[in-house]
Amino acid sequence: MKRSGASRFFYNNSQLLIPLIAILLLTVFNLIRDPGFFSVGIAANNNGDPVLQGNLISILNGASELVILSMGMTLVTAAAGGQDISVGALAAIGGSVFVKVLKGGSINGLLVLAAFLACCAAAMVFGALNGSLVSFFGIQPMIATLILFTCGRSIAYWINGGATPTVASPILNAIGSFIPGIPVPTPILIVIAAGILFALLFRFTALGLYIQTVGINQGAARLNGISAKGIKLLSFILLGACCAVAGVIGVSRLGLINHETLLINIEMDAILAVAIGGNNLGGGRFKMIGSVLGAYAIQALTITLYAMKVPSTDVKAYKAVVIIILVIMGSPVVKDAAGRLWKRLFGTRRTGTAGKEAA
Amino acid sequence: MRKMFAAALSLAMVSAMSVSAFADGLISVGVVNNPPSESGYREANVNDFINTFTEANGYDAKFYYSIKNDEQLSAARQFITDGVDYLLISAAETTGWDAVLQDAQDAGISVFLFDRMIDCDTDLFEAAVVSNMADEGDTAVNWLLAQELPEYNVIHIQGAMGSDAQIGRTGALDAQFEAGTMNKVVQQTATWDEAEAKKITEAVINSGESFNVIYAENDGMAKGAVAALDEAGITHGYGDDKQVIVMGFDCNKWALRELFDGNWNYDGQCSPFQAQVISDMIQTLEEGGEIEGLNENKQIISVEKGFDAYTISRKDIDTYGLGE
Repeated sequence: MKRSGASRFFYNNSQLLIPLIAILLLTVFNLIRDPGFFSVGIAANNNGDPVLQGNLISILNGASELVILSMGMTLVTAAAGGQDISVGALAAIGGSVFVKVLKGGSINGLLVLAAFLACCAAAMVFGALNGSLVSFFGIQPMIATLILFTCGRSIAYWINGGATPTVASPILNAIGSFIPGIPVPTPILIVIAAGILFALLFRFTALGLYIQTVGINQGAARLNGISAKGIKLLSFILLGACCAVAGVIGVSRLGLINHETLLINIEMDAILAVAIGGNNLGGGRFKMIGSVLGAYAIQALTITLYAMKVPSTDVKAYKAVVIIILVIMGSPVVKDAAGRLWKRLFGTRRTGTAGKEAA
Repeated sequence: MRKMFAAALSLAMVSAMSVSAFADGLISVGVVNNPPSESGYREANVNDFINTFTEANGYDAKFYYSIKNDEQLSAARQFITDGVDYLLISAAETTGWDAVLQDAQDAGISVFLFDRMIDCDTDLFEAAVVSNMADEGDTAVNWLLAQELPEYNVIHIQGAMGSDAQIGRTGALDAQFEAGTMNKVVQQTATWDEAEAKKITEAVINSGESFNVIYAENDGMAKGAVAALDEAGITHGYGDDKQVIVMGFDCNKWALRELFDGNWNYDGQCSPFQAQVISDMIQTLEEGGEIEGLNENKQIISVEKGFDAYTISRKDIDTYGLGE
């Protein structure tokens, strides 16, 4: 009885195995390479406040934007059965609106709040635009978002009309770096808050179920009274909000917006996080926590390569090798083989995970 | 009837064009450039040409912007058809221009290149006003050597690998690493991304290795690195009590203000100001003179400065700073 409970737990969460294995491997690898790799210390920053430091903090902190984007990407993937490739451009638009509003007056708490709301509104409008192309016009998500991917950064430029406008304020510092007296980097806290918000959303509404239903079978969803179009649109709007938050974090980290480089190429990492997290890129069943773990795995890989001082020209090659291994590990063929192996070793009746998912 | 109308219309257009070309003795100039949204550098470059080739200075200038070579080529052809006196080009790509430049020459149009070279016979253009990125690196590294630090432990944050700016700004420092005068703590590309520059610097800080110089190949990445220093409580900038020297490139106004405030130490210029030099050469040609001062590749290398926290003035920020 006890064993079957454990086995069910493993089955329900088997998709999390790949990101967990990835994180475990990177951890072990780093610990062998440098036993002090994950040591966390406390030091005073240049404002004299005590702050946490270390590679672990760097990974958790640096991954914040990616984690938030991959949360939204998971929803879009599940509902629309495709990916939004415009998230980096959309974050740049959001960040530009944020800076534009901040430049409108002397920066205080109220103005920052107004700027954040304006940024969210802009990003959600563009998200809705993507969403309507997908849901009302039936365009493939990747094609629909290709439009904004292409022109989004030009729009971001147009908003501020300058290449790299800067903004400086202790409030921005508190958002992008540390709140005085709290040693945990604020972006980590924002990620936790976003996670809680999504958890509450899924706990107290049936949104998660609706999204899965739409992703698995639109027709069946409609017959059950779920508006497939509405759900898809909503998932894009939520992703827009995620882009806004990521953009605000990115801008606040440095007090500068560079429309060309802010979260550049992050769309690919976000899609990868969803894939490593074991989510079906064709839509349907999803586990947001998988994408989150996937995002942390990607960031851990980046920081590991930096710590190893891999030559600039080779970084992408190293990354590619690791990612190929992870993606193959998560492929249906390997999963099936692993399932058969499990069955032979432990003799449970369970078939391969891939077979079950297809059923 | 329709034919007559068309003939009349084209006659009217030709006469209108010739009037505009020769009205008040203005010199007609066609400028093919990259769009200002490309970078702060390009924005300053575009404004420089707009502000120099004005009617008040005796020019009738038309501008065309694109990052696509084929669009630039057709724009240049259009300018040739329009019969401009001078064609000024900052090409998106170095190849594919031979035919167009030959057409221009056949039509008696003088061509000047600026900012970017084109792979072609040097007979096809009058002169090229360009930056020498390797010089920028040399100037910066010479400044660093002049600081006479007891030892140089450098975090080197590179731009997008293979870009002109990265190759030029990396070369001079690489030579020092090879000669053993400076130690390479880390050399890593952040592909011009500020946030990546911060992560690279963080990784070094976390490793516990000591360093006393940050050499970032543009201002944004220097700002990213400084953000990491600030979070780790490492002092930087001008002054004997500071732990780390910060160096950037591009001379954005905000970056020069960091110098002025003593938070950074050095900023290297990549001059976007080529319009006046070209205007002077055009005036020389108009007066029947010969262009002088070209090197063997028919280039004029822009004079570029390096600013230093000790000597920078408010006037420098206003004169040489890009953006706002």
